[in-house]
Amino acid sequence: MNTTKAAGLTRREKYEAQQRRRSLIVAATSTVVVVACIIIFIPMTPGWEKVQRSFFNGDVLADTFPKLLDAFKINLMIFAWSAPAIAILGLLIALARDAKSPALFPLRIFGATFTDVFRGVPVILTVYLIGFGIPGLGLPRPWNSPYIWGSLALILTYAAYVAEIFRSGIDSVHQSQRSAALSLGLSERQVMRDVVLPQAIRNVVPSQMNMLIALQKDVSLLSFIGPVEIFRQAGVFKSLTANFTPYVGAAIIFLIVTIPATRYADYLMAKQMRDRS
Amino acid sequence: MSKLSLRGVVKRFGDSTVCDGIDLDVEEGQMVCLIGASGAGKSTLLRCINLLEAVEDGEIFLDGEDIAVPGLNPQGVRARIGMVFQSFNLFPHMTALENAMLAPRRVHGRSRADLVGEVEELFTRFGLADRMHNYPDQLSGGQQQRVAIIRALAMRPEVMLFDEITSALDPQLVGEVLDVLLMLKQQGMTMVLATHEMGFARQAADKVCFLKDGKIIEEGPPEALFDAPQREETKAFLARALK
Repeated sequence: MNTTKAAGLTRREKYEAQQRRRSLIVAATSTVVVVACIIIFIPMTPGWEKVQRSFFNGDVLADTFPKLLDAFKINLMIFAWSAPAIAILGLLIALARDAKSPALFPLRIFGATFTDVFRGVPVILTVYLIGFGIPGLGLPRPWNSPYIWGSLALILTYAAYVAEIFRSGIDSVHQSQRSAALSLGLSERQVMRDVVLPQAIRNVVPSQMNMLIALQKDVSLLSFIGPVEIFRQAGVFKSLTANFTPYVGAAIIFLIVTIPATRYADYLMAKQMRDRS
Repeated sequence: MSKLSLRGVVKRFGDSTVCDGIDLDVEEGQMVCLIGASGAGKSTLLRCINLLEAVEDGEIFLDGEDIAVPGLNPQGVRARIGMVFQSFNLFPHMTALENAMLAPRRVHGRSRADLVGEVEELFTRFGLADRMHNYPDQLSGGQQQRVAIIRALAMRPEVMLFDEITSALDPQLVGEVLDVLLMLKQQGMTMVLATHEMGFARQAADKVCFLKDGKIIEEGPPEALFDAPQREETKAFLARALK
């Protein structure tokens, strides 16, 4: 009789179990060492006490955190109306750039110019130019609101990136799918709508998730033209308390939202890799 | 009048001439097999007939009407000529049934309710009734290819083109697809096949054409072409292919 079988495990299984135990021990030891170093050495730096007081002040955090959460609702609001607008505009720009009919040539030029311009200018500049420039025309209330024009700046910038992602998704659908659909008698438009786009959109979901996460953070740029969202609110508290802890509080709130979203995007990405193999 | 006639069809890709003046007649209800080495122009010829490629020169007559006229809207022609590809090309985001119903719905403007009985009947006839609601990635290669045939048939085409439809299949799955072709032949479908299945061509074809370098070098009934080839090129090809 084979002795390894007696334990209910094959040689391979035993070996792998041993390897797993070893990896676990190594990983745990190295983590403990690194964390211990941080805990021991950082407080030994000369400025640590000051940094701790001004960035990690528990009392200030407790006082300001609820109000920061309130201000974060403004971020969510701006995000909520910008994201769908970006998706729609981005898709339209992508389709415009792929238009083949000569009558639509101006649309193609427009699409190309649009993506070039709004990908080429820093977001903050677009926010400034549109956010200050358009209300400067002397529009009546509520049309001079920085919410409107700030959101528009975000929408235009992000639509340019999102359009390029959609376009790469359209290119990722194999030519043979088009052939098959055309051979059945479908028109170019029907091929795009029924066969290519559904696959293209599915292929780019993980990349677009990453754009959503980036947008969520960039909403804070609107603070530069007026809206008191979380970043600006944290700045107000910093001045009131003469303490930087509110910024750390704001960072924590962002992380609460972005970490699960990032994990989810990574999961989708990994799932897609698995499905393709 | 032949169902399908090609006269002097020329197709070039850049400098290479892939179809070099091809003449071919396919009668109603005939099965014509195109044989020849890879790159001989068989697939391109089929794509030209379905107007997926625009021919440089020559005419293609469907029921006596030239369909290779430059500027003709290809949709109407494609709706009458079905095509099945080597790599199946099912739409992966739709079930088998949805795959088959898409074109009749969009091109003929028919409703799902109107279509479903007829398309289900096709699935039943080809032994896939229990697979209708599966997505392509849940089907074997042979099943996928049969769904692709059903998808083309759902348009009620007058002519079917088959582009090496068994080449991507495991050997044990080839038979089930070839059986479908035999059924279609019995029903009187007009068919043109590009194929490497010499045994099948010999058994089922009404006419076999040997292509080399974009030309039909020799054609005739299968017995004649396989048993008594006239041209040296044909003999050399068959010697290799039948080994």
